[in-house]
Amino acid sequence: MRHEGSSTGKKSGAQRKVLVVDDFEDNRAMYAEFLRYSGFEVLEAANGAEAIERATASTPDVVVMDLSLPVLDGWEATRRLKADPRTKHIPVIALTGHALEGHSQGAREAGCDWFLAKPCLPETLLATLNELLSDDPRPTRGSASLKAARRAGNGV
Amino acid sequence: MIEALLRCEDVSDCAQVAVEYLVRETRASQVLFALRQEEGESARLVGVTGYGVELARDAPLRVDLDDDGDPLALALFAGRPTHLDGLSPENGMDGSRLAIPIPWGAVKPDALLVVAPPPKVTTELEWFAEVLGRELRRLVEIERLRGAERLLVRERALLKTVLAAVPDPVLLTDPEGRLIVANPRADALFASQEDESEGRRRAVALNNMLFSASLSRRVIDGSEEVRRELPLVDPNDGSDRLFEMMSTIIQTHDGPGIVSVMRNVTDLQLAMLQVEENYCKLRVAETAIRAERDRLDLIIDAAADPIVVSDANGAITLMNTPAERLFTAAENESPSELQRVRANDAHLSSHVANVFLAPGARFRGELGLVDPRDGQPVPVEAISGTIENEHGELTAVVTVLHDRTEELEKARLYEQLERASKELEEKVQTATSELVRQNELLRRQQIELEQASNLKSQFLANMSHEFRTPLNAILGYTSMLLQGVSGPLGEPQRRNLERVDSNARHLLAIINDILDISRIEAGRMPVHLSRFEVPMLVSEVLAEVDPLIARSKLTVRRELEKSLPVLNSDRPKVKQILVNLLSNALKFTPSGSVRIAASPKPRQDEVWISVSDTGIGIAEADQERIFGDFQQVDGSTTRQYGGAGLGLSICRRLAEVLGGRLVLRSKVGQGSTFTLVLPTKRRRK
Repeated sequence: MRHEGSSTGKKSGAQRKVLVVDDFEDNRAMYAEFLRYSGFEVLEAANGAEAIERATASTPDVVVMDLSLPVLDGWEATRRLKADPRTKHIPVIALTGHALEGHSQGAREAGCDWFLAKPCLPETLLATLNELLSDDPRPTRGSASLKAARRAGNGV
Repeated sequence: MIEALLRCEDVSDCAQVAVEYLVRETRASQVLFALRQEEGESARLVGVTGYGVELARDAPLRVDLDDDGDPLALALFAGRPTHLDGLSPENGMDGSRLAIPIPWGAVKPDALLVVAPPPKVTTELEWFAEVLGRELRRLVEIERLRGAERLLVRERALLKTVLAAVPDPVLLTDPEGRLIVANPRADALFASQEDESEGRRRAVALNNMLFSASLSRRVIDGSEEVRRELPLVDPNDGSDRLFEMMSTIIQTHDGPGIVSVMRNVTDLQLAMLQVEENYCKLRVAETAIRAERDRLDLIIDAAADPIVVSDANGAITLMNTPAERLFTAAENESPSELQRVRANDAHLSSHVANVFLAPGARFRGELGLVDPRDGQPVPVEAISGTIENEHGELTAVVTVLHDRTEELEKARLYEQLERASKELEEKVQTATSELVRQNELLRRQQIELEQASNLKSQFLANMSHEFRTPLNAILGYTSMLLQGVSGPLGEPQRRNLERVDSNARHLLAIINDILDISRIEAGRMPVHLSRFEVPMLVSEVLAEVDPLIARSKLTVRRELEKSLPVLNSDRPKVKQILVNLLSNALKFTPSGSVRIAASPKPRQDEVWISVSDTGIGIAEADQERIFGDFQQVDGSTTRQYGGAGLGLSICRRLAEVLGGRLVLRSKVGQGSTFTLVLPTKRRRK
C-alpha cells in the first residue's frame, strides 16, 4: 500500500489537474506535495471563494474540497461550482474532519461526488482520485461505496 | 119444594123458601118465621122473615121463652101445630092462626112458623114441617161450624200477631229441631229462601245445626224446661251472637213439640268479657308493677355507679351502696370525713338544683367529689333525669354518678399519644418535604447532568474534529516520509518514523472511539440496515484482524453452523463489534486458541455470534466493570495491552443500538466468551 502511490502515481496523474481546497496550510501542502510527487498538477485554494475562482479560471479535472472553510464554506462553494455550467462537470471530493452523519449528507446534497473523512492518508486520496479519474464510467454514488472509502480512510 | 130447600145455603134462605111455600099452598095471608136464639142464660124467639107481616128492625118479634105464659113459647114446645086466637097481635098478626113448631130432630124445636088464617093440619103439612126441620138443623149446624171456623182463623191470626210482636225469637220445633212455627225474629235466624245469598244460607244452616244440637242434648237430659246459652251467627252480617234460650216441651196434636224462646245476650256477654278482661289486665299490671319495683331495687343496688334519688325539695330519699360511700358518714366518723361528706353533698345539691331550673330534660354535669375516707379526688359525671306524676308535676330526681377517674386517665394518655403522633407526623412531614426538596434537587442535578453530558458529547465531537486536523497532517507527512517522498531514509529514521506512525494511528483509534461513544450518547448513531450473510462477514472480520493473528501464536478456529439466517442489520456496526471482540481476544490471550462461532436461535428469533478465548479470563466482580468507559481490568493492563479501554463499552452500546446485546461468560484463568446476540428481525426499540 505504501508503495502504491509512488509506483502508479506518476503514470496515472501525469496530465491530470487537481484543485486542493483546505484552510489548514499543513494539510493542503501535504496533499499537494504528495499529489505532485504522484504526478498530478496541483492547484491550491485556502477558502471557498478562492476555490471557485481557481476552478473557474483553470478548470481542474477534480476538486478536493475541505468543507469547513473561511469566507465561503465548502458546501456553498460546491453548490456554486455545480450551478455554474463551466464547472458543473468537475467532480468534487469532500474531505472533512467532521465525521458526523449530517456532514456527509449535507455534502451530498451540495453536489459532492465523493466523500472522504479525515484523517485521510495521502495514498488513500490518491487511490480515490485514480478510481474517479479512470477511463471507467463514474462510480455510482452509493452510500456503501462512500462508507467503504471513509472507513479505508480511517486506516484501521 | 124439597129441591128449593136443599138448594138453600143458610137458615134465612131456608126460612124464606118455607114462607113462600106456605103462602102458595095454604093461601095464607100472613106467615111469620121465628128462630129460637139463646143469649146467655136466657133464650128468645126472634122473627127472622115473614109474609104480610112487618119485621121492622126496630120492632122485631121477640118472645122471651122463659116466659111460660107466652102462647108462642107454649106453641114452640107443644110438639104439634097449635091453633092460636088473637091473643097477641104480634107483628100485625091477629085473629086465628096456626103455630107450627119445626121439629129439630132429637133436640127441642128451635123454630116456629105462624100462619094465618090457620090452614088445616094435614099430613102434607106435617111432612113439610119435618123436612123443614131436618133441613134447618143441617143449615144451623153448618152455620155453627162456619162461625167456629171464623173464630179459629181470627184467633190464629191474633196469635201470630202476638208472636210477631215478641221482640225475642220464638219458635216451635219438633224434637229433632225441625221448624214448625217461628216468629219473624226466629225466621231471621233459622229460615232462608232459595234466592238469598250463599253466606246467609250457610249461616242459617249453621244456626239450625247449633240449635238442633242443643235441643237433642236437652231431650237427652229429659228436663222439662231448660235454660241454656246458644251461640249463633247473625245471617245478616256474620257476626257472633249469643242467645239465652228457654225451651219447653209441649204436646201437640202431632206429638211432642218444643217451644223455644230466645233472648239476645250478646252485648251482655261482651260486657261481661270486657269486665273480666279489664280485671285480668289490672291483675297483670299490678304484678308487673310489683316485679318492676323489685327489679328496680335490685338494679339500683347492683349498680356499681352511685345512684341518688332526690324528692321535689331536693332532699335525698334513696341511694344505693356506692352512693352511701360518698354521701353518708357514720356517727363516729372523724371531723374531716364529715366535712368531705358535707362537701360532696353540697356539690350534689347544687347539681340537682340545676335540674329544677331546667326540668323536663336530662341534665349532665361534672362534679369534683372526694372520697370521704382518704380525701382522694373522685371526678364524676352526674346525669340526672326527672320523674313526673300523671299531672306533670316533678316528684323525684334520679341522679347517676359515673366515676371518671379512669376515663380522665385514658383521655390524658390519649392526649399524650396524640401529641406524640402529631410530633411524629410533623417529623415525617419535615422529612418528606426534605425528601421532596432533595428529589427536586436531584431532578435539577439530573437535568444539569444531562445538559452537561450533551455538552460533553458535543464537546467531544468538536474536539475529535480539532484532533483530526493536526493528526491528519502527522499521519500524512509520516506516511509520505516513509514512502520516501521526501527522499530516502536511513534505517534508524525509518524505525523511528514507524513508531511515530504507530502512535499516531493509536491516537486516531482513541479519537474514533471517543467519537463513537459521543454519537451513541447523543443518540446520533445512525443505523443503516441491509441484508447480509454471517459467513461472509466473519471472513471479512478475520481478514481484517489477520495481521494480529499473524503476530500472535494462537490457533484461530471458525465454527459456523449451517442454516444460519440472513441478517437484516447494520453490517458495518456488526463488523466493528466482531473486529473489536476478536482483537481483544487475540490481545489478551498469551497462548492457546481463539474461536469465532455462530449459531441460530430460531425460537428466540436470534443469532448468537460468539468469540471465545483461552486467555487470562475476567473475575466475576470485574465482569460488569469492563463494559464501562475507559475501563480495563486494571490500569496496568492498559500499558501492557494497549487500547483506550473504550472497545467493549462501544461494542455493548452498538449491540443495543442494533436491538441486541453483548453477553460475557468468563472465569479467571479459563478464558472468556463474548456472545453478540442479534435479533434476526430488528425489534422496535
